[in-house]
Amino acid sequence: MSAERITVVRSTTASRIGLGVAIAVVGIAATVPLWLSAGTMRSLVTFLTLLALAQMWNLLAGYAGLLSVGQQAFVGIGAYSLWVLADKVGVHPFLAVPLAGVVALVIALPTAGLAFRLRGGYFAIGTWVIAEVYRLVAANIGGLGGGSGVTISSASKLDMTVRLQGTYWIALAVAVGSVLLVYLVLRSRLGLALTAIRDNEIGARSLGVRTFRTKLYVYLLAAFGSGVTGAVIYLNLLRIQPDAAFSINWTAFVIFIVVIGGVGTIEGPILGTIIYFALQETLADYGSWYLVLLGVLAVVITLRARMGLWGLVRRFRPIQLFPVQRRLGDEQPPNPDPDAPALR
Amino acid sequence: MDWVNAILQGVMLGGFYALFATGLSLVFGVMKLVNLAHGDLSVLAAFIAVAILDVLPINPLLAMALVVPIMFVIGWLLQRYILDHSLGPDPMPALLVTFGLSVIIQNLLLEVFSADSQGLDAGRLEDEALSLGGGLTVGWFPLLTFVLAVLVLVGLQLFLSRTRTGRAFRATSDNQRVARLMGIDNRRIYALSMAIALGVVAVAGVFMGIRTTFAPGIGPARLIFAYEAVIMGGLGSVWGTLVGGIVLGVAQVIGAQIEPGWHALAGHVVFLAVLAFKPSGLLSRRGAV
Amino acid sequence: MSLLHVDGVNAHYGDLQALHGIQLRVEEGETLGIIGANGAGKSTLLNVIAGLETCTAGRILLDGIELQELPAHQRVGLGVALVPEGRHVFPSLSVRENLQVGAHLRRPGPWTVQKVFELLPLLVKRADYPAGLLSGGEQQALAIGRGLMSNPALLLLDEVSLGLAPIVVREFYGALAAIVAEGITVVVVEQDIGQVMRVADTVTCFLEGRVVLSGRPADLRREQITKAYFGM
Repeated sequence: MSAERITVVRSTTASRIGLGVAIAVVGIAATVPLWLSAGTMRSLVTFLTLLALAQMWNLLAGYAGLLSVGQQAFVGIGAYSLWVLADKVGVHPFLAVPLAGVVALVIALPTAGLAFRLRGGYFAIGTWVIAEVYRLVAANIGGLGGGSGVTISSASKLDMTVRLQGTYWIALAVAVGSVLLVYLVLRSRLGLALTAIRDNEIGARSLGVRTFRTKLYVYLLAAFGSGVTGAVIYLNLLRIQPDAAFSINWTAFVIFIVVIGGVGTIEGPILGTIIYFALQETLADYGSWYLVLLGVLAVVITLRARMGLWGLVRRFRPIQLFPVQRRLGDEQPPNPDPDAPALR
Repeated sequence: MDWVNAILQGVMLGGFYALFATGLSLVFGVMKLVNLAHGDLSVLAAFIAVAILDVLPINPLLAMALVVPIMFVIGWLLQRYILDHSLGPDPMPALLVTFGLSVIIQNLLLEVFSADSQGLDAGRLEDEALSLGGGLTVGWFPLLTFVLAVLVLVGLQLFLSRTRTGRAFRATSDNQRVARLMGIDNRRIYALSMAIALGVVAVAGVFMGIRTTFAPGIGPARLIFAYEAVIMGGLGSVWGTLVGGIVLGVAQVIGAQIEPGWHALAGHVVFLAVLAFKPSGLLSRRGAV
Repeated sequence: MSLLHVDGVNAHYGDLQALHGIQLRVEEGETLGIIGANGAGKSTLLNVIAGLETCTAGRILLDGIELQELPAHQRVGLGVALVPEGRHVFPSLSVRENLQVGAHLRRPGPWTVQKVFELLPLLVKRADYPAGLLSGGEQQALAIGRGLMSNPALLLLDEVSLGLAPIVVREFYGALAAIVAEGITVVVVEQDIGQVMRVADTVTCFLEGRVVLSGRPADLRREQITKAYFGM
């Protein structure tokens, strides 16, 4: 064993270029309120919040192996928390957004306690049932507006331009934050633990990785992120109805975005959201056929190109824009061939 | 008396849920697949009945005799050509594919049949009730559903425990790799189990269509109820599915008695309670289906 | 023509090559013993013959019929039976049902539940117990009996002595003599070299996926085997 210093390196040329591009894009995006119309800004808010939700779902499913069909629970909780904090407690709506995330995180604790008693597909439906419970509770409690919902009046009282621009910038911050959050998690020890669990849960546990706790932390983070995003979404929409706020559609669209873009990568959900928006613009007139197409795409990609479109890109040029793989100083970054058979 | 009648109704409803849950549980036992499109497939069956009745003016219960084999074949093909390719050590692809199928089925039904509520009319049978004495009455139709559910479960249990193929099912669910060493063709077993599951779900779907109105989007609700019945009864137990269904049905009916909007919520709460305190199910047993 | 002919077989796990050009012949009615250290490829070879793993090159011929393209369940129909390493009885089925599953394809032959019970009497009193509750030795007996129920021409036994008391192992190998007397061709992979030397007509030693020694037990000296086993 030589006495040379061994360095662990993460960034690649592609990632350094990517970083530059990303900073530029975010910078331009920040100036958008100055030169784009209100309508476009609202569309962008939808884009940014979907991207944030997708990153959260991907964190759960792609990295922690927890396929949740119930993230809409936290979208709804975020929305209602925003209303309670802003209208009932009197916090400024913009400030209430991160606080709504905290509420979602707190509620996620007992939720996880129940959901984690199940595994795999049964965990998935379990999260769905729990979301349904939250929806029914919200729809049945008079204090929360019952079936007809509530309006965030404190926000609608703000000056329109201030509200639109503020919402936009918050949405941008949330989207960038969600990407950063996932990126930082993966680079941390939590991320190492996740990779170990994903590769071999029992082996990881025997090495001392606290699998339950690791998954719990990820679940809580995703709940926080989804809660914050839910608050932003409804800051934009202003009217909260339980059936819409807790709708499975939030998760359905996010699943399609992540699957089509590429599960288990940071770049995948970004690509997926872009494609989803493009499809939505061009196919908006076709109603349900558009959803059929999304479903077919998701099925085909899961069966034939499991790593999604970003996975296909990586096959041709093995780049990683968000460098999360660790390697020793001199090595070339490996080409992760997603279809190589695993060692058994 | 009202309460006793309500509980009786709940038990009948439980049989109905058990019918829904059986297919879900069978498929999970044999191939460890949770079919997220299960509820939507039952709605598909009901709509196939609607399509048949548009052409043949017969009683829906007769139409069922056509729907069941159609769904059987659909199940076989679905498993053979789509779901087989998603099975493996990682449960996620199968879940994603069935989720995608759920969305596809719902939206195809929306396009072909529109979002209007539909119903299947079985004539007088639906409305008549049987008096059990002491002020207790039970509708003919719910009773028929319950009896049918029990028959299906008995049939399934006999199939699994007494027949050569049933034994092959159980061996495959214990260990599919070693089952191949017995000469058992896994792919045929999987296709057959999905076909049987969809055949049963066809019965459940047609009955549902007769009993209430339905629309393309109600699949997920059906899935959730079926799943709650399975989990409460305990994975791996055929009779557990009936018990779970009954517990769910009774909980829902009692909830509705307290407050009309609460029937689904009551079921969910009881489910979560069972999950919290006896997660392995009320009738759980070690070993697979 | 040999009953079993393994012709230039390679097997891989991803990029790792587990078998390198294995050449083997076993004549009908003979018993081949395969020994070797852990990871030498012995179990892999049996799995490849039975069809649980695919070979990446070469052919496997059973009585002249090529097996390598066929799925495992079809090979059972042609007369291959593998008793896998680790026993793997079906835990939720009873002993009797495990045996009945073994006869799933109903191949003609002398082996029935009754005959298996005569050969392995320790199973009789457990006949209707769920197999998951049996002891290690009982499960191994059941796994062997289950393999016989398909009336195989070729019986593959993978490490049947693993984890069992010596007296139990002796009983199994006693039963093996009765099995061989029925004319079944047997390939037995073993860690217990002593037993193998006693029952096998031919012994082969594997090292790192290759055959490094082969011969009749009477012709092989102890140092030869030790050297081959450890690759010295």
